Formats: sequence, C-alpha cells, structure tokens
Amino acid sequence: MTSPAILPERGMGDRISAAFWRRPRLLLILLLTPPVLWLGIVYLGSLAALLLQSFYSIDEFSGVVKQEFTLKTYAELFRAQNLDIILRTLLMAILVTLTSAVIAFPIAYFAARFAKGRWKAVFYLGVMLPLWSSYLVKVYAWKLILAREGILTWIADHVGGGPLLARALDEQWFGGSSLSTSPLGTFIVFVYIWMPYMILPMQAALERVPVSMLEASSDLGASRAQTFRTVVFPLALPGIIAGSIFTFSLTLGDYIIPQIIGNSARFIGLAVYQFQGTAGNVPLAAAFAMVPILIMLVYLWIAKRMGAFDAL
Amino acid sequence: MTMNRQMQRAATLSLAALASLTTALTPAFAQMTEVGPGEGALSIVAWAGYVERGETDKAFDWVTGFEQKTGCMVSVKTANTSDEMVALMNEGGFDLVTASGDASLRLVAGGKVQEINPALVPSWSTIDPRLQDAPWHTVDGKHYGVPYMWGPNVLMYNTNVFKEAPTSWNVVFEKMDLPDGKTNEGRVQAYDGPIHIADAAQYLMFHKPELGITSPYELNEDQYKAALDLLRVQRTLTSRYWHDAFIQIDDFKNEGVVASGSWPFQVGLLKADNQPVASTIPQEGATGWADTTMLHVDSEHPNCAYMWFEHQLSSNLQADLSVWFGAVPSVPAACTDGRGMQTAEGCTANGLDDFEKIRFWKTPVANCSQGEGACVPYYRWVSDYIGVIGGR
Repeated sequence: MTSPAILPERGMGDRISAAFWRRPRLLLILLLTPPVLWLGIVYLGSLAALLLQSFYSIDEFSGVVKQEFTLKTYAELFRAQNLDIILRTLLMAILVTLTSAVIAFPIAYFAARFAKGRWKAVFYLGVMLPLWSSYLVKVYAWKLILAREGILTWIADHVGGGPLLARALDEQWFGGSSLSTSPLGTFIVFVYIWMPYMILPMQAALERVPVSMLEASSDLGASRAQTFRTVVFPLALPGIIAGSIFTFSLTLGDYIIPQIIGNSARFIGLAVYQFQGTAGNVPLAAAFAMVPILIMLVYLWIAKRMGAFDAL
Repeated sequence: MTMNRQMQRAATLSLAALASLTTALTPAFAQMTEVGPGEGALSIVAWAGYVERGETDKAFDWVTGFEQKTGCMVSVKTANTSDEMVALMNEGGFDLVTASGDASLRLVAGGKVQEINPALVPSWSTIDPRLQDAPWHTVDGKHYGVPYMWGPNVLMYNTNVFKEAPTSWNVVFEKMDLPDGKTNEGRVQAYDGPIHIADAAQYLMFHKPELGITSPYELNEDQYKAALDLLRVQRTLTSRYWHDAFIQIDDFKNEGVVASGSWPFQVGLLKADNQPVASTIPQEGATGWADTTMLHVDSEHPNCAYMWFEHQLSSNLQADLSVWFGAVPSVPAACTDGRGMQTAEGCTANGLDDFEKIRFWKTPVANCSQGEGACVPYYRWVSDYIGVIGGR
C-alpha cells in the first residue's frame, strides 16, 4: 500500500496558493485591482470632477457656484483677456521647447557619443544635479540673478554688454525694467528649469544610434553634414519629441515661475491657481485647466505619428 | 497626543451632530439670544499674522489666554486674499472669518454669515463709534460682524530718491521724472488685486472732478472706463504687480523699485532691515481695509464664537495685534490704557488720525447710490483687471 503522491494540505497558505494555481486570473485581478482603482478613482475621477465643474457657472456677486449645466464658462474663455492668457502660454511653451531642443542637442550628443567613463558620470551628474535641489530655491535664486541689481546685469555692464541688454529690454514684446520683471526673464528661467527633461531622453535616443550605421554612411561617401541630416537626426527624432513633450507640457502647466519672474501677466497655470484659489471661481479654473489637456492631446497625437512612442 | 486628538474629534463630531440638530430645529438667520457654555473648539479663517499664539514670536500671543479662559481650542486657516476668504466660507466648516470690506458684503449677500446680537458682546460700546455701524458689516440696520482691525494702504517710497514725502499718488499713476531726475518707468509697483481699480478711481476723484465720482467703489461705465485708462498708463510704468508682501520687500531691495502702494506691514519690516523707506498718505487720501469678524451661518460653535467676539474687543488682542501688524485697533482705548504693547504714538503712526482720509474697501455692486444697476459690479473688476495687467 503506497500513499498517494499528493501531499496533504498544510493549512491556509497551501489552499490559497492552490487556488491561485488553478485560477491564474485570480492572482492577476488581485494584483491589478489596487493600481487600477488608484488610476480610475484618484486620477480619472478627479479629471471627471474637473470636467463636470467646468460646465457649472458662478454667481457673479456672491461667488457661489451654481450647479446647473451651462456652456457660459467656456464662452468666457474666449474673452479677449482670457484668450491672451492662452496664446501667451502657448507661445511661451513653443519657444521654450524649441530653445531647449537647440541647446540640449549638442550637450546630449557629446554625452552620448564622446563622453567616456568618468566624464560620462560627470555629465549625468551635471544634468541631474539641478533636479535634486528644490524647484522654489532655484526660481528664487534666478530672481536674484536676473534682478536689476543682480549679477547678470553687473557682468553685462562690465564686459560692455550693458547697452545690448538695455536694447533687448526696451523691446515692447518681451522687455521690461530688468530681466527679472520681463517676459524674457520668464523665458530664460523656464528654459533652465526644464532643460534636464529635454537632455535625458535625447541622450538615450542618441545612444541607441548604432555606430555601424555612421561608419556605413561615411563608407558610402556621405559628408558629416549629410550623415547628420539623413542618419543621426531621423534616428534621434523620437527622443527629441519625447523630451519636447516634457518641456512643452511642463511649461503649459507651470504657475510658480510666472508668479515670481516676469511682468505679472497671467499664464494658464497661474490663471487656474488664481481662479480656483483666490477668486473661488472653480468653474472658470476648470475650464482653463481643460485647455492644456486638449492641447496636450493634440500634441501627443502628433508625437505618436512621428514615432516618439515606438521605443516604448 | 493621537489619543487626545481622536477624543477631541469624537467630541467635536458628537457636538456637530447636536449642533446640526439644533440648527435644524431653529430657523436659519435668527440671531442668538444668549451665550451658553463653550463648545470646546473654534475655527477661524484669518489673514496671515492675525491670530497669533506666540509661535511666531513669544511676545505676541492672544490665543492661549482665550483657550485657558473659555476652553475653546482655536484653529486657524490663513487666507491671502479676500476672494480666498469668500471661497473658504462658501465651502463651509469654519466658524469665524476676519473679512475685509470687499468680502464682507459678498458673504452677507451669499447668505454665508449670520446676523449677530451686539447685546451679547459686553464690550461692544467700546468700539470706535465710527466703526460701530459701518456699512461694510451693517445691512438694513442689522449687524453681521464685530470690527476687528483697520489700516490704510499707504504710499511707500524710497527716502534716497524722495527727500521729501511725495504729496500725490501721481508718482505711481502718471509718467514723470522723480526727484532724482530719472523717470519712474519700471520703478513703481501696484497691488495685484482688482480692488486696486478703486485706488485709480480715488485718484481721479481728486484730479478729474468733472467725472463726478463720489465713491471709488461705486463707478458707472464712464467713470470705470476712465479708471481703467489710468491703470493702462500705470501698466506701462509698473515692472511687476505685487500680491506677496515678501516679494514686494525683495523688489524694494534688489529691483530698484522706489514707490508703491503698500501696507504698514512691509514698511515696518523694511525699516527694521535698515532700508531707506518711509510711508505717507498723499493729498488724494488712501484706500484702506477695515476687517470684521463674521460668524458662519452654519457655525457649530456659536457660543465659543461669541466669547471670541468679547475677547477680541477686551483683551490684549487689539493692542498687541496693532503693533504686530502695523494696524489700528477698533477699540481706541487699546491705544492708551496699557492692556497691551500699543501706545498713543504707535496708533498715530499706524494711521489712527487718518480715518477721515481713508475710503475703506467695499465690494462694488451693480445697485449702488447712483441707481439700480448703474454701477460696474465686482466680477467685471476681476476680469478687466486681469486684462489690464495682461496689457489689454
């Protein structure tokens, strides 16, 4: 008489693991439920609440939200001063993204192609380091750097760049009494703050460009410029677009930098912050908040068509 | 600590249940007729620095004594602007709010605050008579709050540039050369709140009498348009608008700003830092704020709230807060009777004698003394001021 080859159950643990073995989907459901709930309720739920709010309106004197469905709040977005805010933000986001791409490319290219060993580590550290210090500290530091009595003006005056700076600040569209109170200053700080988010994906994309292809290109008689135009750039494009998603969306939503640096003209993030926080106009804030979401959806769609997500 | 907190919360909850029961039984808006025993807690929406318990500076404490005497534990939610205060009170869950005149009437209109009974506040008679029936908390003869503190929006200036105090607000409104021979472009600031339109209107009231402005808070279309036009000129002079007191302080130090409307608070801090600044109230007069403590219509701790009303008038609060904030007490006796640190000179410096020159913040409404729907209401002030700052 031989005993069966099945071991007797040794309690709860065995039964549970047996159940999981028999129904593999059960484990999957158990593991996925919390994150899906998180995503569904906390993220999508709050987005839905926001969308709902944007269809309400506000009683203009007492500031009480009227919970009746209306498109009045969206119509308010098209008032001249609100349209100004949207266009101003969009223009800034585009300029910041383009400038970041132009400045970041050589840095990322050098880091990916030429930096070796210890230099590579130094590069990574140099790019990442600003991300480790507080955002607010960096912005306030820039306020002092760009101030009329700050170091940048001082240097410009001492190397003979004073008149050039003054000429730039005289410009109607982006000038001001000093860099720290002009849109030009806002732009500089935006570019500085979001730069790492552009460099890192770019560098990752450039590292994936095989050296053999570059060699093949030169074997076939292409000049350096041709190689860059026809091999390196197209292959790095998804990385550039991935980086631009960061710089573009972060600039669209930021509300701290234009509050501290610049001429007080509103940006979308700042408008949302003021309408919901200080003016208690949650419906208009919600309507404003939908603007960058819509812009980003279009942007992501374009990015997808250009292959930014192919490496995912 | 946690246990204590939980017990407190349980107590608050049961009290809340009790309170909602009583509010359900008594008709809303009825004022209290007697002050019963305290409910053990009190939550206040206040300006930063308005309700101090000695945590910022040991010498400034007007909460601990109240808590010991009444057993009402005070919690504070600070707000930075009047609009934020209205928003918080609309959300509910608070007992009191220290509302300025540009918030108080909105709260009354929104039905968010209840009528109070001055007979239940023994020290009511000590309040400055000019404030007792002030229009920003008295509607149709009913009182909706107890005066807290008031002060002027002064003109702060750099004493190196202005050897003598500027006599007019024109230094921040019109393009001109300052006494040091340089233009004022980019060297002045203005307040980043729609209520600043009233400062422009007040300036016009003095310089363009033909517009017929009688109150800077009651503007018809033409007067309003003239004020906005003046502010558009100011936009070309202003490098940055201020709403954060500390950014303004930094701008006076590092940004070459030499004149701006401001609060005695910033003037005091900059002087303490040995910066060359002083403040004045120019010939056109000034706008100012007069804050009122108001009671939420659904307050769960009305007895504690009434005890606070009495406390705010009779304790060291009036004197010490006026020193702390650079404001003027609503109880004039607090300047002289030694209940706190304030002195007669201090009150004068903070603007006690300038009451008549000050036009206090009031919410602009459509139905004003010029007629039904004759004035431009506040919501348009909000959106138009955003437009002006945006250069439109």
